[in-house]
Amino acid sequence: MNRLLDPSHWVHLDWVLAAVVCWLLVGVAGVFALRRFALVARVLFPVGGLIAIGLFAVALRAVFDVPEVAVLPLGLPTLPFHLRLDALSAFFLMVIAAASAGVSAFAAGYFRRGEGTPPGLLCLEYHVFLASMVLVVLADDAYAFMVMWETMALSSFFLVIANHRIPEIRRAGYLYLLIAHIGAIAILLCFGVLQANTGDYTFANMRAQQLTPFWSSVAFLLALLGFGAKAGLLPLHIWLPEAHPAAPSPVSALMSGVMLKTAIYGMLRVSFDLLPVQLWWWGVLLLALGLASALFGVVFSAVQVDMKRLLAYSSIENIGLVFAAMGLSVLFYAYGMKPVAALAMTAALYHVASHAFFKSLLFVGTGSVLHATGQRSLGKLGGLIRFMPWTAWLTLVGVLACAGLPPLGGFVSEWLLLQSFLFTPGLPNAFLNMLIPVVAALIALVAALSGYAMVKFFGVIFLGQPREEKLSEAHDAGAWERIGMLWLAAGCLLLGLMPGQFIQLIDPVTQQLLSAGIGSTVAAQGWLLVPLSIDRASYGPVIFLLGVTVSFALTFVLVRKLYHGRVRRAAPWDCGFPWQSARMQDTAEGFGQPIRQIFEPFFRMERHLPSPFDRAPIYRVEVGDHFWHWFYLPVAALVERISRLIGRLQQGRIAVYLMYSFVTLIAVLVAVTQ
Amino acid sequence: MNLLGAASQLLEILVALALAPLLTGWVDQCRAWLQNKSAPGLLQPYRLLHKLFHKESVLAEHASQLFRSAPYIVFGCMTLACAIIPTLSTDLPLSPAADAIALVGLFALARVFISLAAMDVGTAFGSLGARREMLIGFLAEPALLMVLFSASLISGSTSLTTIVDTLAHRELAIYPSLAFAGVAFVFVSLAENARIPVDNPSTHLELTMIHEALILEYSARHLALLEWAASLKLFAYSCIGLALFCPWGVAQANAPLALLLALPVLVLKLAVGGALLALFESVSAKMRIFRVPEFVATAFMLAVIGLLVRILLGV
Repeated sequence: MNRLLDPSHWVHLDWVLAAVVCWLLVGVAGVFALRRFALVARVLFPVGGLIAIGLFAVALRAVFDVPEVAVLPLGLPTLPFHLRLDALSAFFLMVIAAASAGVSAFAAGYFRRGEGTPPGLLCLEYHVFLASMVLVVLADDAYAFMVMWETMALSSFFLVIANHRIPEIRRAGYLYLLIAHIGAIAILLCFGVLQANTGDYTFANMRAQQLTPFWSSVAFLLALLGFGAKAGLLPLHIWLPEAHPAAPSPVSALMSGVMLKTAIYGMLRVSFDLLPVQLWWWGVLLLALGLASALFGVVFSAVQVDMKRLLAYSSIENIGLVFAAMGLSVLFYAYGMKPVAALAMTAALYHVASHAFFKSLLFVGTGSVLHATGQRSLGKLGGLIRFMPWTAWLTLVGVLACAGLPPLGGFVSEWLLLQSFLFTPGLPNAFLNMLIPVVAALIALVAALSGYAMVKFFGVIFLGQPREEKLSEAHDAGAWERIGMLWLAAGCLLLGLMPGQFIQLIDPVTQQLLSAGIGSTVAAQGWLLVPLSIDRASYGPVIFLLGVTVSFALTFVLVRKLYHGRVRRAAPWDCGFPWQSARMQDTAEGFGQPIRQIFEPFFRMERHLPSPFDRAPIYRVEVGDHFWHWFYLPVAALVERISRLIGRLQQGRIAVYLMYSFVTLIAVLVAVTQ
Repeated sequence: MNLLGAASQLLEILVALALAPLLTGWVDQCRAWLQNKSAPGLLQPYRLLHKLFHKESVLAEHASQLFRSAPYIVFGCMTLACAIIPTLSTDLPLSPAADAIALVGLFALARVFISLAAMDVGTAFGSLGARREMLIGFLAEPALLMVLFSASLISGSTSLTTIVDTLAHRELAIYPSLAFAGVAFVFVSLAENARIPVDNPSTHLELTMIHEALILEYSARHLALLEWAASLKLFAYSCIGLALFCPWGVAQANAPLALLLALPVLVLKLAVGGALLALFESVSAKMRIFRVPEFVATAFMLAVIGLLVRILLGV
């Protein structure tokens, strides 16, 4: 007790818990200031952001330290909360804290008066959401984990339905809650298998159990179902493109950028830490599901016409890539190829971090656009770079990172992932060897397609001419929003430029999970990223950026010196066609048309083409999801039929119910006397 | 970093900048001869660049900074690409900064910027061109990556200098996987450099234009930089082709004599390659825009087959 009173003796875990308590206090303060908008927005959210920065600093140190454990006397009398802070939790803490710091700063400028839930209540839900995510990655027993997992699901559910007066948003929230609970049941069952009938649900006990390969596989599959539902893996992705866009933008940013990562954390925790063995076919399963989700997500994101849905589908793609990298790591680990397994794992964790930054950045960027224009539909935006330069240029950083372009963060993880494919021509299974190049090709295709989707996203929103009159009145993001976006953009840039330094933070995690890492080889090369050896592969993002900028600057100066820099403004040329209007630009539908055509079997399309004689011609195309019609609707219909059958029991007459009791009593008596 | 390395790096960049328009001129000239036309002089591209640099730039009223900086970014990307591809020597100090994957990323970066710039003015042709460019790009980019991977697997490295070193200085062997990769590479380079049968470089104002539609709104020095960057791209692709499929004659480290010899060898190889390109363009017809994805997808498939052949059969 004395130790707790003296902060100079606190270990990292104490500081993390202090941050959690502070967040909860900030949330409670929000309840007391329920409608005092200025206080909530300008004080409480920035304070939450500062706490996040503090948490980030603690986690940064904790990654390199020995694991710390604690037992909190909360919860039920015989079931205290066990907490543990090891390298894996610390890494995810870092991601959660760093991304949420930016989002909190943005949220300070974002929430407005008169939008559904009062700001004070939003503040409570938001900070409970953050605290529960932190506690999920700290939990060291199944009980604490499930309580925090559910708190996370519920707090985010209430945030999703912040604008609950709109029926679509309520529907999206319901779908989210439903699938979150199906996932939670699977996770609960997974922990049940893992404790192997000992009745002790601490993770320490689960680690000590030696499960047979059969029961290990059962636990793995349940974990995949549970965490896959949270991560939006195929075919449980259906809630993601509904729920993420429905939430207010900072919440979408947290859900896409941060909350999905807790599912990755859970998957890593179960399959590498709690389970005693790793089987090769688990890797193949993860790889296949991950790639399917990645391809599905990117193809769908390229045809969306709603900017937030486009980003939500792109999240499915990125999570798919992380799962594919994880699968590769399991596969290599199962065959004892530890260094390559560590390389693939590093790629997965790197992508976790860079996705947290760029997706949060893109979502908050759409938030600024939404506030300035009131439009989410790409068909009614355009030309905003002239009215909202800050938002546009900062979003461009996120767009380039999301498209996997050098020298930003997204490229590094793709580079590492492709490298881990190239260094593995020696798997002891011919079938798997055949798979490797096909998988590499698919990953390259997904990366290139995400460039397509991102050019569409940025080009249609920010470039060209405004498609609506009132867009020219759009105002740029405010100071708090800019700070938030600057923080996130700086994260994307640093992750891109300093991969060697950042991999040092991932190294303890791979050491913990795989007892191998690429940190020491990378550290030896300084600014050059060299995963294995210098003549095999290397990438120097700083030199890369310098090369392009120096050449940019030299050309600029030389052209001005040798010639001139005169410019005249005139009407656009467009082949001399004088009657141009904003409606002649490519629309979002038009930009997605080639993808719709090439990947036609992916979509369920409903087209309405006008006839030449229509007085008011309407062109309409709706792109639907096969999974919804082939899987979810039949399952829903089946459930409804079964419940209707059960409903027949309910007659509404007391005599019938008395008879039920009587029959049950007789049956029980007969069973007992037997 | 030794002095000779730095010298060969500098020489390579300068040679690329100087020779790239010449290569474009040479291809145009060969094509004119093959089509029984009288050809413009070999130096025509230089005169064009000089003229464009002198002119006053006319910008659309609402063009943003992105539109103005895109030509410089694209030009910078292409210069860096030419700097890291070993054309004269494999002793390049810049080469470790970007391997084969980063090279593909560099082309992608240039493509994204030119497409965004084309959408910036908001004309019908600009956004159409951007869409088409990205359409070809998303298939050509992985195909190029797979071609480079086939070569990487042979040399056990994604570093371009190591690939060229291994292919050029190992005893002569024929790799069937590289044959597939070679065909795929030809397809990809035709598509990426806006050549027949995908796009026609010698016409302007066609409904199916791609490259021209992208740069329609540019004039004067911006246009000059983009045209020069396009020549550099053709040069870079030719050099990738030479590096993978005909790497002999590239100097190694600490061989100043070989470096001197490498330049005429390179010019010779490029002349032959350019003439072949002109021949190919003259005998084939331009295809419909909707057939282009199939064309590039074929290249992608061939490249993946090449990779499979390499991994499964080890040849």
